[in-house]
Amino acid sequence: MYKIVSARFLAENIKMFEIEAPRIAKRRKAGQFVIVRLDEQGERIPLTIADSNVETGTITIIVQGAGKTTRKLNLKEAGDTILDVAGPLGQPSHIENFGTAVSIGGGVGAAIAYPTAVALKEAGNKVITINGARNKDMVILEDEMKKVSDEAYVTTDDGSYGFHGFVTQKLQALIDGGEKLDFVLAIGPIPMMRAVAEVTRPYGIKTVVSLNPVMVDGTGMCGGCRVVVGGESKFACVDGPEFDAHLVDFKNLADRNRMYNVHEKAALEHFETDCKLEKQIQAQASN
Amino acid sequence: MSEGKMGKLSAKERMKIHRHEMPEQEAKARCGNFDEVNFGYTPELAMEEALRCIQCKDPVCIEACPVNVKIDEFIGLVAEGKFLDAAQKIKEDNALPAICGRVCPQEDQCEQVCVIGKKSEPVAIGNLERFVADYERNSGNMKLPEVKPATGKKVAVVGSGPAGLTCANDLAQWGHEVTVFEALHELGGVLMYGIPEFRLPKQIVREEIDNLKKLGVKFQTNVVVGRSVTIDELMEEDGFDAVFIGVGAGLPWFMGIPGENLNGVYSANEFLTRVNLMKAYDSNYDSPVFDCKGKNVAVIGGGNTAMDAVRTARRLGAEKVYIIYRRSEKEMPARIEEIKHAKEEGVEFIMLNSPVEFVGDENGWLKGVKCLKMELGEPDESGRRRPVPVKDSEYVIDIDMVVISIGNGSNPLIKQTTPEIGTSKKGTIVVNQETMQTSKKGVYAGGDIVTGGATVILAMGAGRTAAKAIHEELMNVTVNAE
Repeated sequence: MYKIVSARFLAENIKMFEIEAPRIAKRRKAGQFVIVRLDEQGERIPLTIADSNVETGTITIIVQGAGKTTRKLNLKEAGDTILDVAGPLGQPSHIENFGTAVSIGGGVGAAIAYPTAVALKEAGNKVITINGARNKDMVILEDEMKKVSDEAYVTTDDGSYGFHGFVTQKLQALIDGGEKLDFVLAIGPIPMMRAVAEVTRPYGIKTVVSLNPVMVDGTGMCGGCRVVVGGESKFACVDGPEFDAHLVDFKNLADRNRMYNVHEKAALEHFETDCKLEKQIQAQASN
Repeated sequence: MSEGKMGKLSAKERMKIHRHEMPEQEAKARCGNFDEVNFGYTPELAMEEALRCIQCKDPVCIEACPVNVKIDEFIGLVAEGKFLDAAQKIKEDNALPAICGRVCPQEDQCEQVCVIGKKSEPVAIGNLERFVADYERNSGNMKLPEVKPATGKKVAVVGSGPAGLTCANDLAQWGHEVTVFEALHELGGVLMYGIPEFRLPKQIVREEIDNLKKLGVKFQTNVVVGRSVTIDELMEEDGFDAVFIGVGAGLPWFMGIPGENLNGVYSANEFLTRVNLMKAYDSNYDSPVFDCKGKNVAVIGGGNTAMDAVRTARRLGAEKVYIIYRRSEKEMPARIEEIKHAKEEGVEFIMLNSPVEFVGDENGWLKGVKCLKMELGEPDESGRRRPVPVKDSEYVIDIDMVVISIGNGSNPLIKQTTPEIGTSKKGTIVVNQETMQTSKKGVYAGGDIVTGGATVILAMGAGRTAAKAIHEELMNVTVNAE
């Protein structure tokens, strides 16, 4: 059992948890994730470690309520427990002093981009962060990103805050403005990562994405998370989750991530009917 | 059956008794559930079967058992109706008899050399072991083996599969403080995620593991050695005096043919993990699995895992279930009993066929398997006749879900983080066969991580050999071979 030490909403449906897991806190590096199982009947889902604290023995995860398991997790509060947390898993991000590094986070992807941005800064890079959201209310980790960045930009799809448009438009604007970029990290929805890869490809800018395929064990024993990179099958849980964006087959990833759509929809519907608490929680969040 | 009958039967009379097969669920009914197929012996059946053992002077069956269970002695006790004593006798050598009695390939081990088997069918040693273990468990009278005084030595066991559990059991009995580290949330390794409920009920695995807890063995789940902690840290920081690595062969092989990443293509590990460990067949559990109802399913391979996968798909409601194997049935590595059960359950065997491509639709879903027909050529290095493709014999079978069950390799996690431990080209850990010691002092390994995919009982044998060597190293003593 892993105790939740603190829990708070960062935006509608996006909640941040600090969880007691000393062993994981001690070893974890930027780019790694945990596999979480809430309860006896629960499934195993991967969640990126956004931060950790060796002294308190805690790790931080940021969860967007998208399906049954994440919604259920987001109902938990400080003092509650999570049955299983395994990690840290995956290869740590490859960090070096590239020169000028851009860290792009789309939606809850900002939670994953953040620790790598911190590590890039510590390695001596000039760090530019682009933090994209649907609208002003969905922007997360703005202050944290600002702290680690030499330049920090927020973009919103509807223009309600910051730059009006997609993260890719901001990235293109930087390139067009003459900024020499040496490294781009992009984390977010598949269409966003794919679009970023297409922006940087013609310039030959090294671009890395953190992939989010379906996972079961997260230790390399099943291959459920396999992705096609440079024409070869790779297991995202042990070989990744970060890969060269210019080599990733995004269509295959998108297709594979739809494999359980029917199950997921049904599970969520059941859950929502069963759970009237949801509304109260959302009311609290918007306060 | 009176106690004295054992001695009164002549060898001839014994030979007249036929081997008692286990009663089992009828094929049609069992396709609709995940309940155990075999019901096991009744006490009467067990005692009669035990009478078939002639108590040879030189019980070759014992040598053929990788953990050397005192087969003649325990069967003698069964014949006398002393079932609990028989259980104790088995447990002197085997910590997991209810599991071994179910999943060991006895026909290749103890039963293969049974003297009775030369003239008639061999004594059903496996069935008897299973009966005895179940009898003890159901009696509510489980006895623990004797534990020697604490030695003050600490041993870490990595992996809670059959190798690790056996090693932990033996070390605990010698008085060492043992902690088992497991990456998954449940203990048991392949016993939990791999072998289906209908062959090995998970409750039995849990109860056998509970016995180890009562012996004082500690278990920590969700610890991925190589990621959560390294072997060096276990030894240097956590103060373990020795480490046993029993992490198995858990890295699934794919075929490297086009279409392998289509939706509906699984490794056997993933398919079985979803169904067995995550209980995807039960709607009360959250993990999904491909909806097999009314669909055509093919499993590629001819081993026990392939049989498990195909029979699982049948139970999930698949309409047509196929085994596609590149050699002929004779070369299949699966147990004869499993092949028989699969056939009874309506599995169709497509022999001498090798998939060359998985065919999909525009949305990335599997629609068919393109196969190439094969014929058998000369024997290869394994002694089995090599399949050779038949020219222009390609055709497509309509398939909605495919499970690839062509074997497993070694997970590279430990190799990556503890490079001092020598590995082969295949990634298996190299050990001294006598002691199971690796190239790193104090670190031992056994089971599938050393041999590549093999059997539960061989892994247990390796765990036992390693435990003895670890004990000798830690105590600076020599334990006489039993």
